[in-house]
Amino acid sequence: MTFRRRLIPYWLLLPGAIWLALFFVVPMYFMGELALRTGTFTEGFQSGFEVSNFSDSLSGNTDQLVRSFTYAGTATLIALLIAYPLAYVIALRAGRWKLLLLFAVIAPFFTTYLIRTIAWKTILADQSPVVDVLQFMQLVPEDGRVLATGGAVIAGLTYNFLPFMILPIYASLERIDTSLIEAGKDLYASATQTFLRVTLPITMPGIVAGVLLTFIPAVGDYVNAEILGGTGTSMIGNVIQSLYLEQRNYPEAAALSFLMMAAILAVVLVYLRVAGTGAFMGEEEERR
Amino acid sequence: MEAGTITARRATRSPLAAAWGWLRRNALLIFAGLAVLYMLVPILVIVLFSFDAGNAQGELDFTFSGFTLENWSDAFAVEAVNDSMITSLELATLSTIASTAIGTLMAMALVRYQFFGRRATNLLIVLPLATPEIVIGAALLSLFITYNLDLGFQTLFIAHVMFSISFVVIVVRSRLIGFDRSIEEAAADLGATPLTTFRLVTLPLLAPGIVAAALLAFALSIDDFVISNFNSGTTVTFPLYIFGAQLRGIPVQVNVLATMLFAVTVIAIMLVLWQQRRAERLASVRPEQEVAPLQQV
Repeated sequence: MTFRRRLIPYWLLLPGAIWLALFFVVPMYFMGELALRTGTFTEGFQSGFEVSNFSDSLSGNTDQLVRSFTYAGTATLIALLIAYPLAYVIALRAGRWKLLLLFAVIAPFFTTYLIRTIAWKTILADQSPVVDVLQFMQLVPEDGRVLATGGAVIAGLTYNFLPFMILPIYASLERIDTSLIEAGKDLYASATQTFLRVTLPITMPGIVAGVLLTFIPAVGDYVNAEILGGTGTSMIGNVIQSLYLEQRNYPEAAALSFLMMAAILAVVLVYLRVAGTGAFMGEEEERR
Repeated sequence: MEAGTITARRATRSPLAAAWGWLRRNALLIFAGLAVLYMLVPILVIVLFSFDAGNAQGELDFTFSGFTLENWSDAFAVEAVNDSMITSLELATLSTIASTAIGTLMAMALVRYQFFGRRATNLLIVLPLATPEIVIGAALLSLFITYNLDLGFQTLFIAHVMFSISFVVIVVRSRLIGFDRSIEEAAADLGATPLTTFRLVTLPLLAPGIVAAALLAFALSIDDFVISNFNSGTTVTFPLYIFGAQLRGIPVQVNVLATMLFAVTVIAIMLVLWQQRRAERLASVRPEQEVAPLQQV
């Protein structure tokens, strides 16, 4: 291979790599720098090494941080419980309905995120039939509401990120060699055993990817809490948003963003340790 | 999963037991049906409420106040809604063109070449996907603040291209991986230059993947709220408009425009799928099967 030919991939990568470096990696550095500055918006911010921004930004906001992880975790779990059976049916049972079902799964993407969430506000509104049914079933107290509760925020998060859970699981189930499942049956494993010993382990990379793709954006989300939530349901995203765009306290806002990122990273690393795969890197696909 | 079949055979005694058996056998399918319904309910609500009369000011009040066709005949009556939609369409078009071109080149490099720095490049592409939108938005804002850049259409364009690139790379890459390179070799054997081969063989076969990626980038851009909210300045995109209106009162026309957007996207996707199938049919042509001239692809 000549030298010039060896340079081709780098030329192809150049525009994208520059764009991502300049507008994804470099901004992270500046957010870090901003997080260490002192001063106020009106007097201007001076560069410095104000580590106390981190502790300041956390004080009074620990509730929101914990809430973000609880809501996102619950939503991820519910999404997994809905997504797996659905993905299973689409991948292995749907036959000629497959394309149509897949289409239904990604259909929410074709409407604006905010309008979808506002639609949920309509569905869960105080006088809506859904709430009447829930009240009738005693799941919600007679005079209780659904809107403005943590339940509504979790419902919104679950709905909005569900396709991100379904698609990777579907992809891993789709690729499964069904003769392995047959083999399990031939060896007298029960349906449950076959599922637990064969299907589930093979689709683990899909589950890992789905959980991450749902959990990470859900932790940082503030749209659902803003539209469906109430006073006691704000998440860490709401705080960051307000610090940046309303209070213009950039140093604390940046510090809090970093703390949230660090917390997410910690959770994800522990999770990957336990679930353990490199499925998220797309390496497996390229090796083929 | 198949456990129901044995019980079902035993359970043909009474109608009730038969029904129970049927339910057990089809539990998975019933669950899937309900889940799909769940996915579609908000969309049905949007379509339904595009016919909602709204309150006295013509704004959504979250209960169905009466059926009307006026929202559709006056779909473009609210200027602020139209302006924001036009901004969104412009932004989505420009950022789609840029991110699709950039992302396709990256995908070509990643699939077709072995080179030093490949893992790092993969990481650079995956990381934005694994970062919460709010962090991407906040980090970009930090950059723009530091350099005192005016927020507006340009900063939105920068942001939208940035977050679309990764998705484009992933979609085009999956198409490239399934690519039969012997077709390209055949073209080369027949005396085509690399550029001619690319133009007449590679690009047409890759087109469905590129179009799918572009469609995804467009959808992501037109839908984006969080990152835009941080970097828009005074420019108002459609989602930003809705968020602002959410506090004051949302004009009923918003649901009409959302329904239109939905319909257009669905039609576009169908066209892509149809085109994809056609391309796949042509790509799978072998000499022993019917021979189609490549130019027609």
